[in-house]
Amino acid sequence: MILTPQTLDQIFPIAKHWLLGFVPATAQPLASAILSVVPILIAFPLLFAITTWLERKGLGRMQNRLGPNRTGPFGLLQPIADAVKSLTKEDIVPITADHVVHFLAPLVLVAAAFLAYAVLPIGRNMVLVNMNAGVLFFFAIGSTVELSVFMAGWSSRSKYSLLGAMRAVAQMISYEIPMVLATIVIIMQAGSLSTVSIVDKQAAYTGIFPHWFVFTPWGFMGFALFMIAATAESNRSPFDLPEGESEIIAGYYIEYSGFKFALFFLGEYLGMFATSGLAITLFLGGWSAPFSFLTWIPSYVWFFLKLLTLIAAFIWIRGTLPRLRMDQLMNLAWKYVLPMALINMLVAGIWHFMPTGPARWLVCTALLAAPCILLSLALKRKKRFQVRTYRFAE
Amino acid sequence: MTVSFLILAILTVAGTAAAMGLRNAVHCVLALTVGFAGVAALYLQLGAQFVGFTQIMVYVGAVAILAVFAIMMTHTPTPVQLPAYSPHWFWGGIVAAAVFAVLAWAIRSGTASAQALPPQPDINVQQIGDALMHRYVLPLEIMGLLLTAALIGAVVIAMDRKEEPK
Repeated sequence: MILTPQTLDQIFPIAKHWLLGFVPATAQPLASAILSVVPILIAFPLLFAITTWLERKGLGRMQNRLGPNRTGPFGLLQPIADAVKSLTKEDIVPITADHVVHFLAPLVLVAAAFLAYAVLPIGRNMVLVNMNAGVLFFFAIGSTVELSVFMAGWSSRSKYSLLGAMRAVAQMISYEIPMVLATIVIIMQAGSLSTVSIVDKQAAYTGIFPHWFVFTPWGFMGFALFMIAATAESNRSPFDLPEGESEIIAGYYIEYSGFKFALFFLGEYLGMFATSGLAITLFLGGWSAPFSFLTWIPSYVWFFLKLLTLIAAFIWIRGTLPRLRMDQLMNLAWKYVLPMALINMLVAGIWHFMPTGPARWLVCTALLAAPCILLSLALKRKKRFQVRTYRFAE
Repeated sequence: MTVSFLILAILTVAGTAAAMGLRNAVHCVLALTVGFAGVAALYLQLGAQFVGFTQIMVYVGAVAILAVFAIMMTHTPTPVQLPAYSPHWFWGGIVAAAVFAVLAWAIRSGTASAQALPPQPDINVQQIGDALMHRYVLPLEIMGLLLTAALIGAVVIAMDRKEEPK
């Protein structure tokens, strides 16, 4: 067999088909499902392990320190050391805790986080289930995460974890609305809720440039709003109030130790990868190459390259921005992100009905830039900036 | 009746039964959530993707969270110890059984069950969207207006009154 770019691109579907040939026909549906699920269960936790190392190294670099450097070359074996540590630690459950709910919460979180990968097209012909309501499925699964966070916070019977859970649920509800509204522009333009056909719509080229939705005024605005909401949904800095270490120690999972804590950590990162994956699928062309002359590189390589780029951006933001206050968080969601998402929907409609040409670029960019600037000015108007005085700590 | 239907039905019934029988209010909400999820899975088994996912999004994602928040906000320090079963359980059971019997009789003897089932239409999300945006656009807009009014009303009620300057 000659290794052409096409076969290399389709190597995983071909391998799956070849392996299925060894299974009797009655067991084939089950074997097919297992062969599709297992790679996801391996690849993304592996990416989680790499990301913890990348994050600690990257943050260390930004904070002018070395980061992990004791285990293996450049501290590369740190994830393995962490895994061994969390597996061998004692599993402590508070005596007043609600044991059943306390036990179930991390399982629900991780199960929901994994389910979201079912509709992400990782490469050409590489999606677990091609549902015609794929995007809806993603958000439906995402909404169960809130419940698991609440379960964890409530069942621990600790004030800190309850406060953390309340913060987390309030934050997730507030940012879920702009997140869904930001994706609606894509659904309007693609005319489909299926993630596969959304990527197919973007995998075409004019000259050497791709038809990614991010390269339109409404697509760019939608992407920016989506990423803000995604950062808040995954409880990452600057929206890390639910776990704010300096205020409520670790928020809703403070009373978890050992492997259950590791599961929370895993679930949180898997959620971040999944929302980044959805952002890639919706705005950044999914598995399609950024230039037409680069299509010979396999599609899954592009997906993971884009994912790593977004992860790097997340780490960079975490190392750069300070944490928001609760009122700032809510003001940003309801007074800025939500109105902009609504205006963005209107602009996407105007874009759709205007004739192609520079005129619609001008009109749509102006229609988005003007409210963006006006809203920022209006929100800043009443603020008085001054040196902060402290009443109790001098 | 397939195996998957049986499992889902047991899950749904057990979840909702537990929601009525458990003492702790938060446990009740969580059990009810299992029931909601079971109903959603039944919809999915019938091929109704849109309804199934909307069920999860609205009931598991919003209604359960709302119920939980309501419990937290109105939580009494010592939970009221009420017996799980009302003293009138006997008469209540008879009324429930009678209602069930009448409904079952009506369904069994009605004309709907006698007719042959039409072949299941293959409705996808796109068709639902088209119907909502073309044929049923006016009801949809009225619902949207009503919900917006309710939202603004809730915000007005919850808003702090401006205190008089001292």
